[in-house]
Amino acid sequence: MITKRIIPCLDVRNGTVVKGVNFDGLKDIASPVDLACLYNDSGADELVFYDIAASVEGRRIFTDILAEAASKIFIPLTVGGGISSLADFERVLSCGADKVSVNTGAIRDPMLIPEAARIFGSQCVVLSVDIKLVDGRWFIHTGAGKINTGLDGLDWIKKCLELGAGEVVVNSIDADGAKSGFDLPLLKAVCEFAPVPVIASGGAGSMEHFVELFREIPDISAGLAASVFHYGEMTIGDLKRRLAGEGIPMRLDF
Amino acid sequence: MIAVIDYGCGNIFSLRRSLSHIGAESVITADEDVIRGCDGIILPGVGAFGAAAEKLRAGGLAELVCSEAAAGKPLLGICLGMQLLLDSSSEFGHHEGLGLIPGRIIPINDVITRPLQIPHMGWNALSFPRENALFRGIEPGSCVYFVHSFCAVDCSEHTTAVAEYSAPITAAVARGNVYGVQFHPEKSGSTGLKILRNFCEVILG
Repeated sequence: MITKRIIPCLDVRNGTVVKGVNFDGLKDIASPVDLACLYNDSGADELVFYDIAASVEGRRIFTDILAEAASKIFIPLTVGGGISSLADFERVLSCGADKVSVNTGAIRDPMLIPEAARIFGSQCVVLSVDIKLVDGRWFIHTGAGKINTGLDGLDWIKKCLELGAGEVVVNSIDADGAKSGFDLPLLKAVCEFAPVPVIASGGAGSMEHFVELFREIPDISAGLAASVFHYGEMTIGDLKRRLAGEGIPMRLDF
Repeated sequence: MIAVIDYGCGNIFSLRRSLSHIGAESVITADEDVIRGCDGIILPGVGAFGAAAEKLRAGGLAELVCSEAAAGKPLLGICLGMQLLLDSSSEFGHHEGLGLIPGRIIPINDVITRPLQIPHMGWNALSFPRENALFRGIEPGSCVYFVHSFCAVDCSEHTTAVAEYSAPITAAVARGNVYGVQFHPEKSGSTGLKILRNFCEVILG
């Protein structure tokens, strides 16, 4: 039976890992390469490296760090942030990424998805969305959650999956950083129509939140989180053993 | 020395990293003499079966891989590389494989018994219908990382590992010195590294 994945996300800026609360008050915490190795050894099923560099220099540092981390881990690695062209796909894939996630780049040019899927395969193209509830409707946001694009969240995901995205990371801005649990209504709504793996992101604050996620939404493929792992509030190994104890299929041989 | 066949299909960065991590020397090559001089061959691959089979044939590499395998050189196909070892595939039309191991490739959708997400992506547990050198020391239930939308069927007694995805999915095949794994050992943590080590031991005899 396929296991549910636990995925730590490393937001990297200026060579260090960052995690914000509701996207504000960014705080630097640790070496991304060290953290990646720690997670590889402690049972992470996959890693996400997110480039939040704001400059050319920052992008170069990120690419170097990515290559170093990729050479030390033996689990799948997804890279996102600033991906807006096929050249960006090539840049991060050549550093050892296995999958590439597109967010704002796909909003600017949706054809990036089918073009990348044709060259690198759908399994390589991960759609990442930041969604916020506005007046009772889910909207796609950009700019660290500040700009409402006016795109309906579920319609946008449907469209991108039709264009060839092979996986989708659904990040709830409402839940992100609040540590009060995943956004179950949003995730349920996506899982109802998505024929590809759906990864839940935003809101994890305790092991109970992961239990609730996998229990309430049997179709969800993975839970992604950052701060709860980075700050050592729980180890991935302990979390996975707890989930396995609750009857949720987990990979425990690591 | 292991020859990792370079035919322009797939990201082999992590495969090379894994081999060097376990102390195995490898060379990424399409050079026939280099391949002949190596002790073992790995055929990687990501993408569509038809295009990959064509590329492999166009460079004359298909014939070489088959003759080296026939001469007894250990050969390991990974993911699409495993699929290419079989007779044929129905991915976007009918395509001939290398025919080193009996079997054919069909959509996972034609195998599974209820609607599930495609691709079959993620960590799945292995069971072993029979013993094989590639899985020596690996416990049944160990997980490895899969990403695929097509899968092997009709491999009969050559199936060496299976994963459940509502129905049994062929996870590995073997026939003599020819081995194939549908999953990615280079992305499968310590279990994957152990499998690559086992292949190296097969090479060493």
